Amino acid sequence: MSTTTADPATSNAPEAALANRARFASLVQRQGALAIFVVVVAVASVSFDTFASRGNLTGIAVQASFLAMLALGMTFVIMTGGIDLSVGSVFALGGVLAAWGSQHGTLVAFVLPLAVCGAIGLVQGLVIARGGLPPFIVTLAGLLFARGLLLLLSDEGATTYKVPRGSSFRELAQGELLGVPYPVILVVVFFAIGALVLHRTSYGASVLAIGGQEDAADLMGLPVQRTKVLTYVASALLAGFGGVMIASYTSSGVTILGVGTELEAIAAVVLGGTLLTGGAGTVLGTLVGVLLLQVIKNVINQVGSLDSDWQSVVSGTILLLVVTLQRFLTRVERR
Amino acid sequence: MTPQHTTAAAVAVGDPVLQTVGVTKSFSGVRALEGVDFELRAGEIHTLVGENGAGKSTLIKVLTGVYTPDGGEVRYAGETVHFRRPADAQHAGISTIYQEVNLVPLLSVARNIFLGREPRRFGLIDVGAMNKRARELMAELGIDIDVTAELGRLGLGSQQMVALARAMSVDSRVVIMDEPTSSLESAEVETLFRVARGLRDRGVGLVFVSHRLDELWELCDRVTILRDGQWVHTGPMAQTTRLELVSKMLGRDVDEVRAGGATEFGASHRQSGEPALVVSGLDVANRLHGVDLTVHPGEVVGLAGLLGSGRSETVKAVYGALKARSGEVSVAGRKVRTGSVRGALASGVALLSEDRKAEGIVPDLSVRDNIALAVLPRMSRAGVVSEARIDALVDTFMKRLRIKASSPDQKVRELSGGNQQKVLIARWLATEPTVFLLDEPTRGIDVGAKAEVQALIDELAEQGLAVVLISSEMDELVEGADRIVVLHDGHVQAELDSTDLSSSELLAALAGDRAADPQAPIETEGQHA
Ligand SMILES: Nc1ncnc2c1ncn2[C@@H]1O[C@H](COP(=O)(O)OP(=O)(O)OP(=O)(O)O)[C@@H](O)[C@H]1O
Ligand SMILES: [Mg+2]
Repeated sequence: MSTTTADPATSNAPEAALANRARFASLVQRQGALAIFVVVVAVASVSFDTFASRGNLTGIAVQASFLAMLALGMTFVIMTGGIDLSVGSVFALGGVLAAWGSQHGTLVAFVLPLAVCGAIGLVQGLVIARGGLPPFIVTLAGLLFARGLLLLLSDEGATTYKVPRGSSFRELAQGELLGVPYPVILVVVFFAIGALVLHRTSYGASVLAIGGQEDAADLMGLPVQRTKVLTYVASALLAGFGGVMIASYTSSGVTILGVGTELEAIAAVVLGGTLLTGGAGTVLGTLVGVLLLQVIKNVINQVGSLDSDWQSVVSGTILLLVVTLQRFLTRVERR
Repeated sequence: MTPQHTTAAAVAVGDPVLQTVGVTKSFSGVRALEGVDFELRAGEIHTLVGENGAGKSTLIKVLTGVYTPDGGEVRYAGETVHFRRPADAQHAGISTIYQEVNLVPLLSVARNIFLGREPRRFGLIDVGAMNKRARELMAELGIDIDVTAELGRLGLGSQQMVALARAMSVDSRVVIMDEPTSSLESAEVETLFRVARGLRDRGVGLVFVSHRLDELWELCDRVTILRDGQWVHTGPMAQTTRLELVSKMLGRDVDEVRAGGATEFGASHRQSGEPALVVSGLDVANRLHGVDLTVHPGEVVGLAGLLGSGRSETVKAVYGALKARSGEVSVAGRKVRTGSVRGALASGVALLSEDRKAEGIVPDLSVRDNIALAVLPRMSRAGVVSEARIDALVDTFMKRLRIKASSPDQKVRELSGGNQQKVLIARWLATEPTVFLLDEPTRGIDVGAKAEVQALIDELAEQGLAVVLISSEMDELVEGADRIVVLHDGHVQAELDSTDLSSSELLAALAGDRAADPQAPIETEGQHA
């Protein structure tokens, strides 16, 4: 029999090996979307001369920026173990309010949509956190409410408010800095702040703890209710701000926007490696998820012979692939 | 240490710091606490004792703002307080380790220790400083783990130590620990005691709950006994004998409480015939390196070893819940496919796992359904379940294990910690397995039920069941097992005959202390009679 004195070095070696393997698996899980993204971009660049052109890439980035705002808020919501189905409608409502507001000044175009959308988020958050109702139902109600409000404001969608010619409000999404469109800059700034908030603030820590084990978070004395309310408010504000951006971009309040966009946001978040059950994930992963979805759309548009309906088919397939891969990896990892 | 901002006045050592007066609490009509008076003084370690379901955890939750009492009041530092949530109690200087390890599995160890009070720099969490402090705390506790690793990957014992580190990391006036030692090895228990005594000497008041009664005399100054939600007794620990304690706790006469051995296990068993379980060369990546194990029908084989020695991994691998790289498992002479739980179950292997919360209990199902879950296939004919037979079975086990529930239809979630354990034990016992793997079967259950479980294991072995028993209580291993296999770093290190073995000798063998005790009857494999 071997000697009985425990040698710390040898007894730790397997632990370390195990930890390394787990790290690797979780890295692959988190970056699965990134890998696919790189492959798709590489293939597209080789296949279509137009793809890698500066104009096309900028277009993709700007197109993605609206969904990115929604997905950023959705990331936090999902990390708390919740879901926000209202963001698509809130996004559209924000756009219509901004377009209408821009007729009364640029300040109104910002403040009005954010105030209304923030209020919707606040009510949803309070009902979910205080009342303990399931987020799915509450935000489904929010979806219907926001869409209904939008239709009321626009005579069942018949009226499209225009941003006045020469309004400085158009600058928000149409202007650029050193050749980079403002929406792209805004997304980069917002996501950087989002990452900082998630990893370096106590609010972010609470978000992850609540999603990981809500009872424990409560027993540890974390402000569970406040964190949840804040999260739904932030989600609605970001969706509303996405709407403000698109109103500026299109110079009008398009009423038919945002149908099903909440599902796209959820898809982007999940593609980005955030657990749908909450408690783990990254903000940057979500950005990759958004870009991946946008690149797929763009590539399918480049293939002239393909109907644009293929966009959803391909996105859905990739989503399924990535999620399956993630599940497989977590299983391997837990072994 | 972060300074604690409390409004309450300072309390001199020996004066009451946390009290309840006539506290009452009911859950949907069922009384969990009835007019309980409790007083914790600054600078003492006070133990709360009582059967499973007596109301200990409920009292702790009333003290710390998880539950609002229906009647009576809570006083802190002489003033009546109304904590509305756990955060309120924490901010006032009360640190609590709740019964179930209540941390967040997906977050890192360091994050868990500092959640809600992370060290900051320029308003942002200082991750570097947080990890460094966490490393220092874990080093103080003598635990060598990577503080950046996900908590959920650690064993239950290490998780409990993380919970302790969390409680230690703030400067509290009161520290409450609800069964902090249930998954700890003796070395960690020692560490915990050292920490607890250190806090007491600094004037902190501590509440300590444990079903390992011996620990109480070692650590505690005073004891309060609860029975069925009522206060029964408070007094100095030193003036309370074990017999008195148990009799007050169970509500029986002292004479009735037998003063036999430390456990209810009987003599050794006759083993007969072909081995029921043969494990050879079992190898699990990084954890087990060629473990051999043979168990005969009617034999109880103990697995002993320190934290991380591979005991739980061995039984999990046999059960198919851990994937084995190589090695063979056969039951009653027939080979079982490794890595398949279904295969193991079909050949009559049952595992009562260590982490019952994560693996097994279905909190929202009733007591009855939880017990019946595993026997349903056997209890049904042509798909139709015999309700009467199930009721009879459930009734038997609820009586036998003294499961305290308002009815068989109560949700398991609402039972006390110990009673949840009993439900799981009942479920597996009901399946009448050929080979029963028991990982810490008596953890967290009270003396009365412990004896009952031990007697049941004995009885099943008498009837020819092959049992593998893991326990960190030495008495239980020495008295319960016929043979003890000692594991070290995933190897079988020795095999001991338990007939003339004492707990301290086993402990010495575990610690690798052979040189210090050359008389220890350690025999290498195959030499036992
Ligand atoms: N949330 C709840 N809903 C309904 N009943 C409950 C609830 N919590 C506790 N009880 C009941 O209150 C009683 C006391 O439970 P408690 O958890 O305080 O026991 P305990 O003394 O801590 O036991 P153990 O030693 O098993 O941990 C039990 O009968 C339990 O079923
Ligand atoms: Mg309890």
